Amino acid sequence: MRQDHEGCALVTGASRGIGAAIARALAAEGWPVAVNYRSDSEGADRVVTEIEDAGGQAVAVRGDVSEPGAADDIMRAADERFGPVLVLVNNAGTRADGLSPQIDDDDWDRVLETNLSGAFRLTRSALRQMMRARFGRIVNVASIVGQRANPGQANYAASKAGLIGFTKTVAAEVARRGVTVNAVAPGFVETELTKGVDQNGFVDAIPARRVGTPEEVAACVRFLASDEAGYVTGTTLTVDGGLTA
Amino acid sequence: MPATATPDQIEQTIMDQIAKLGPDRDEIKRDSTFESLEIDSLDLVEVAQVVEDEYGVQIKGEEAEKLNTVGDAVDLVVQRAS
Repeated sequence: MRQDHEGCALVTGASRGIGAAIARALAAEGWPVAVNYRSDSEGADRVVTEIEDAGGQAVAVRGDVSEPGAADDIMRAADERFGPVLVLVNNAGTRADGLSPQIDDDDWDRVLETNLSGAFRLTRSALRQMMRARFGRIVNVASIVGQRANPGQANYAASKAGLIGFTKTVAAEVARRGVTVNAVAPGFVETELTKGVDQNGFVDAIPARRVGTPEEVAACVRFLASDEAGYVTGTTLTVDGGLTA
Repeated sequence: MPATATPDQIEQTIMDQIAKLGPDRDEIKRDSTFESLEIDSLDLVEVAQVVEDEYGVQIKGEEAEKLNTVGDAVDLVVQRAS
């Protein structure tokens, strides 16, 4: 359980899917949660309402993490409402699939800016407060696509592999300040982002014989954000039903 | 930089911040090396963040690496803030 830390959790891309499940899980743990969203204000409001109805605290914070100035604005909004961000979950992600020869610069940049640069800028901003507090938990939502090939997603794969490398190095830099930095690598999880992706054949390849749920990923994040996980840092927790085992 | 900030105040701010990271305040002199004070690169990042918040002066990583003594840091910030 969360112990007595004066601050809040910030989950990016939390208006739906895995991010929404993570926001609910951290709120259930006792953290006030800043629910970041880019465009789906209704979804974010719904998550806030769900958290409040369950007895928790939450606020919706708009901001496009792919924009260079957004990180500081998002952090400030969370801080003004609930105090310093002591748990940061970099979940916001996008994809623009195509075989490598067909990925144009815009699709490359958009995916890298959102999935990787956005996580970097928020981490940089959050570390100030976490280092001062001598406590912090950063969890980056990567993907098994950052660990093994997935033709048609070179940009997405590069961003997620980048997140895993980023996670390890930042973890080593700040470990002595009581700040842990970890990643989760979901496999096939049923969300809006994976809608339309042909599941036939996929499921047979998964040892668990089913796709995952956002709540199963959220449970892993909840652990990595806990006090009990204080000695776990720089690691990537794969949540894929055994697909990459 | 606030109009009232003087080189002495900047020195005080930096030394006070270093003291929060471990060394006794009395130990910290202008010619103390960071190594002798056991102030490492991550500690210097924290000092740099306070300096940025207080005086609006940014110290980049490669600049911080070249700082050997407390006086080096104070001089850099005073020069930038003026």
